[in-house]
Amino acid sequence: MTQHHTGVPRARGAGTGRLTSSWHASGRPATLREHTACYGPPPQLSGRGRRELIDQVAASGLTGRGGAGFPTATKMRAVASGRGRPVVVANGMESEPASEKDQALLSRSPHLVLDGIATAAESIGATEAHLCLPRSRAWLIDAVLAAQDERYRAGLDRVPVTVHAMPHHYVSSEETALVRWLSGGEAKPMSTPPRPFERGAGKRPTLIDNAETLAHLALIGRYGGAWFRRAGAGGATGTMLTTVTGAVVRPGVYEVEAGLPVGDVLALAGLDGASEAVLIGGYFGTWHDLRTVTDLPLSAAGLRPAGGSPGAGVLVALPPGACGLAEAARILRYLASQSAQQCGPCIFGLPAIADDLSQLAAGRPDGDPLARLHRRLPVLVSRGACRHPDGAVRMAASALTAFAADVESHARHRSCQAAVRGRQDTPQSVETGRRPEYADSRDTEQFWDDDHRPAGAQYWSEGRRGQPDGRARWNAAPQRTALLPVPRPFAEGDWR
Amino acid sequence: MTQKVQIDRTACTGHGLCADLLPELIELDEWGYPIVVDTVPPGLTAHARRAVSACPALALRLARAPRQHEHR
Repeated sequence: MTQHHTGVPRARGAGTGRLTSSWHASGRPATLREHTACYGPPPQLSGRGRRELIDQVAASGLTGRGGAGFPTATKMRAVASGRGRPVVVANGMESEPASEKDQALLSRSPHLVLDGIATAAESIGATEAHLCLPRSRAWLIDAVLAAQDERYRAGLDRVPVTVHAMPHHYVSSEETALVRWLSGGEAKPMSTPPRPFERGAGKRPTLIDNAETLAHLALIGRYGGAWFRRAGAGGATGTMLTTVTGAVVRPGVYEVEAGLPVGDVLALAGLDGASEAVLIGGYFGTWHDLRTVTDLPLSAAGLRPAGGSPGAGVLVALPPGACGLAEAARILRYLASQSAQQCGPCIFGLPAIADDLSQLAAGRPDGDPLARLHRRLPVLVSRGACRHPDGAVRMAASALTAFAADVESHARHRSCQAAVRGRQDTPQSVETGRRPEYADSRDTEQFWDDDHRPAGAQYWSEGRRGQPDGRARWNAAPQRTALLPVPRPFAEGDWR
Repeated sequence: MTQKVQIDRTACTGHGLCADLLPELIELDEWGYPIVVDTVPPGLTAHARRAVSACPALALRLARAPRQHEHR
């Protein structure tokens, strides 16, 4: 593995930026020339180098950055030794509403992800590769296609990469849904086994990796596994992209060392000191009392004792005036609406528990919603083709634990003021306070706020034109209820 | 070899026959969808096979247990 020291991304301290370094060099999305100047040329793998790359990935300790955190090298080996020519699928769907790191990465450093796809394809001997993007983000697709065009002209990429504009639902980014869609079906999860690594797209062994995972892979291909490990703490290696939002002054995407304490990551974004709870991992994640997690590393191992996981690197701080139960109920209703309507427990179970939690939060109970939740939540685990119900149950159960005091007072005294206020706001009228809708994103100014750059992290953010500072937005529209993005209404039908 | 009743969740439409034929191992939830409570003890293999072949949605099968393949 050769080391190209043309601006090798540094590992620690203020130079944590690896995936973000080309962005910081120029302050705008990297062209191929800037990308190459920053990272050096993409790794060229020959016969021996292929196997060696997988060894380097194993040595790096890289785990999937899409949420499940599976060791990447293990998956690569399984696919490489499968029956038939392997296929690489890059997952850039990012359907988690609270996350925007993959969008940030793909729009600002598209070449890093495309390098990663090429590296992955060559290392496992794949002859075709696919990049799945949501069709609802046309601006992102344009950015990636433009980057692809540059690469084509430069003669890069021996393995052709097909960019797909896929239907965008919460579960359509699940890996079996990608496989099903790429094989000509609907973008809905399938029963397993067989798992995609055994028999995936076109019945061939398929390596499905999140966009960020592939970007890390591209750097491991250049600099090696030992270099990757130079960053990381708390049982995790490398850096990770996190989306920090909610009650923070500077919501945005941050590249941090994996395993940095949760409290430190929140501090980078300027946590509102009055916030008392945090959602870790996204809509499939878990709610926690802030005091219990501030010192825990943001890593799978670090959060396990608290029953959490970094998921796709999402941290949402609950605003001081908001009711955690009401927020959890909103998320649960959203997840219920995003079911692919394939499995009975998901079709009927999720709306039922969403209703129970809503009743508990809103204080107009029909019977005993808490008792129903305690009965229903365990019943829904591991009973879908995919893990959609499991994730929803985990989030709901964690809310009951993290907001136990609220649960009790809601059950005894009906509702709290915050939940009532939340009910009065229609979903459309709630100021999300964090980012424009995707449709507007092209109009937004991307900015890099040097004044607020915290030491130890690189900071990407987005704001509405004329409101580049999160603080201004924050003060201009004090949050009364949710800071979570408003769920898009479920578009009936189109899974194709 | 221990066996377990596996359910194809996308195929299952909640007829509930399995719970009638194999109440020792399968319960129904409040919406009528099966919950597999245990692996198949040797004495119930024949009954389990009958439940598998009786499923109108062909959603059941017998597979070797434990079948833990956690990987996403």
